[in-house]
Amino acid sequence: MSPIFYFLAMLTLGGAVAAMSLRNPVHCALSLVVTFVGLAGVYLGLGAHFLGLSQVLVYVGAVAILLVFVLLLTRGSGKDEFDERPDRWWPALGVGGGLGGVLIAVVLAQPGLALRTAPPELPTVRALGESLMTDFVLPLQVVGVLLTAALIGAAVLALSDRRRTPQDSGPVTSREEGETRR
Amino acid sequence: MAATLDQLFVQLLHGMTAPLPEAIRPWVALAISLGAILAVFGLCFGITTVCERKAIARMQNRLGPNRVGPYGFLQFAADGIKTLTKEDIVPRTADQVVHFLAPLALLVPVVLTFLVLPFGRNMTAMDLEVGLLFFFAAGASTELAVFMAGWSSRNKYSLLGAMRAIAQMLSYELPFILSTIGVVMITGALSTTKIVEAQAAAPGEWLARWHVFTPWGLAAFLLFLIAAFAESNRSPFDLPEGESEIVAGYFIEYSGFKFALFFMAEYLGMFSSSGMAVTLFLGGWTAPFAFLDWVPSWMWFFGKLGVLIALFIWVRGTTPRLRMDQLMDFAWKFMLPLALIILPTAAIWHYAGRGWLGWLVTAPIVVGAYVLLGRSLVGRRRIRQRSYRYAAT
Amino acid sequence: MLGIGLIKGLAETGRNFVGSYLDPDRLVTVEYPEERLPVKENFRQFPFLVFDGEKADIGLRCVACQICEKECPPQCIYIEKSKDKKPDHLGKPQFYPAVFDIDISVCMSCQICVEVCPFDAIKMDQQFELSTADRFRGLLLTRDRLAKPNSHFQAIHPRDAAEIDMRRVDERAKAEAKAKADAEAKAKQATAAAPGATKAVASTPKPAAAPANEGAIS
Ligand code: SF4
Ligand code: SF4
Repeated sequence: MSPIFYFLAMLTLGGAVAAMSLRNPVHCALSLVVTFVGLAGVYLGLGAHFLGLSQVLVYVGAVAILLVFVLLLTRGSGKDEFDERPDRWWPALGVGGGLGGVLIAVVLAQPGLALRTAPPELPTVRALGESLMTDFVLPLQVVGVLLTAALIGAAVLALSDRRRTPQDSGPVTSREEGETRR
Repeated sequence: MAATLDQLFVQLLHGMTAPLPEAIRPWVALAISLGAILAVFGLCFGITTVCERKAIARMQNRLGPNRVGPYGFLQFAADGIKTLTKEDIVPRTADQVVHFLAPLALLVPVVLTFLVLPFGRNMTAMDLEVGLLFFFAAGASTELAVFMAGWSSRNKYSLLGAMRAIAQMLSYELPFILSTIGVVMITGALSTTKIVEAQAAAPGEWLARWHVFTPWGLAAFLLFLIAAFAESNRSPFDLPEGESEIVAGYFIEYSGFKFALFFMAEYLGMFSSSGMAVTLFLGGWTAPFAFLDWVPSWMWFFGKLGVLIALFIWVRGTTPRLRMDQLMDFAWKFMLPLALIILPTAAIWHYAGRGWLGWLVTAPIVVGAYVLLGRSLVGRRRIRQRSYRYAAT
Repeated sequence: MLGIGLIKGLAETGRNFVGSYLDPDRLVTVEYPEERLPVKENFRQFPFLVFDGEKADIGLRCVACQICEKECPPQCIYIEKSKDKKPDHLGKPQFYPAVFDIDISVCMSCQICVEVCPFDAIKMDQQFELSTADRFRGLLLTRDRLAKPNSHFQAIHPRDAAEIDMRRVDERAKAEAKAKADAEAKAKQATAAAPGATKAVASTPKPAAAPANEGAIS
């Protein structure tokens, strides 16, 4: 294990701890980004370039932005502190602990966990793409359909909301304006 | 002679790292390349700002800066000294840590994008197998820095500017990436070096195989360029820093050196996007005609880069700023569908071949899609006199 | 079609770009410190004090009546009257300003001081390059810096100056004629009343000067 790995591991864990313990939600989101970056670094260190860079592209470039947007748009930036809800601690701990337990159990159940000195030959991007497009084409399509459905659902929700309250404070387009004038 | 000149910098780097032990050699080489990139593009940044001001002034029949140095070309040095010596003001209510980190978080990914650009033959600082992905990953993480800057300043204008910037960057990221996928499909590689090599003239041919010389490549190049304009927040997509309404957008609360960093990151982003456009569509460091091969490869790269930067400046001097709804319409209703149509077109081109058959099949698709989408975007709208609800007419 | 407008626009800016190098007449910029446009006659910046003749301390027209000091809206004029008197251009003894300061960091160039001055002593200058490193002393103009010869006024406001000069010459001629007439009248009186001759001669200037002063005010 190289010092780089330890550095990245510290970065990842530190980010995760900060994300859980900081008081300001936006700070928490930014700490989570540090975790994402650290994880991507670990992937890159393992030689999984495609995975690591996709991690940065998707998580730092899109998911983190989504997080902070949600925080800003739902809570308002003026209200910085979480409100303390001690009664929610126990279910949260239960869900988190359960999920963590399952993950650890799965990893421990793998037969080849014993540290190998020579890692297996990593697949190239081309091999990755080929297996995605041949062996795993059905799961890929299913995931695609799922995401599209989610997207359409979000669009429908947003649209119906506007139709219900047309006089809402939504932006007045120039066309509407012209007609009210006439 | 030509070959030595071509490989001059490669040899130089090799000579500098040769005496070092094997283990640290690649890291030192990377550090030297990074330093060279920073120096060269830092200077480029300075010169570009002067040239831009002069060129735009001439387009408006003005003189432009002409006081410092010969023909005013040292203006950037004066500006640099000025910004460096200015007081660094942090708003009292600002989020100090995030406010401090934002310019760094913006500049570092932008500089990293240069690492995968092939500046010449054997002149890629970090020749990754997934170089293109690296470019986009680094480019995508600048959005978060923009948010950090806008949010931590605790200023309405900066937050508005950040919101606009992120909305714009997210929207244009899709065509930005999608337009390159055709190239990846044709060359079958994500490595920038391989993409460039695939565009060199085949032995016996006089014209290089630049992707821009194909119907789908031309369309994808234009899409990529437009998205690059938007990603670098330059006119006509400079809403995030619309001076007339939100003063300076997300970096309104920055002064002195940090302001300069933002400014520099913006220009460096423009350079790296242009460099990527050169790499993907204009054949990188390859010569357009086979008989021009003797010109050193890095000269071709920087020449093409200069042409693209001139185009950036020219467009900035020409276009007014778009409105937010026009911006979004353009991204989602024109660029995204066109990028999606280009993908199968590139596939058809791959199978129809480079000959007349390929042209005959793909050119009508691209032109037809362009015309139809363009008409659906602007054709329907009737332009009539504006009326205002509150202002007296 | 989409994009035509952009190409037209690019062609237009390109034409201007090339044209500005070929045809210098297109450039509208005046390179200020080296080139400058002539200032308009009605342009005004800050007030100055006019003096006649060569010497500022003799020819200053201001009589320290302090009307301008009272009228100045931002109160940027400060005047101290002299203890002694000096003859003005009509020969009448007048006060003069021992101190006359204008703080041009306060002055708003309203020209009210000029409008109210009955003696044409204060006028608006056209000097605008007043930047200084000392924002206190450098912007507080004292009497010596405010005093400028009538020839300067003639140069910057030729029409006003010509009119005022004519008026002043007329006044002076009238005053002299009147003084002469009075003197003659006095002389006649004196010859009529011979014994008081010496006393009458000594008192002649007084009645002669009084009407002249009134004429100057109107
Ligand atoms: S111009 Fe106006 S403000 Fe200035 S000194 Fe005269 S009266 Fe005062
Ligand atoms: S009004 Fe004229 S004469 Fe009176 S003090 Fe002012 S400048 Fe002097």
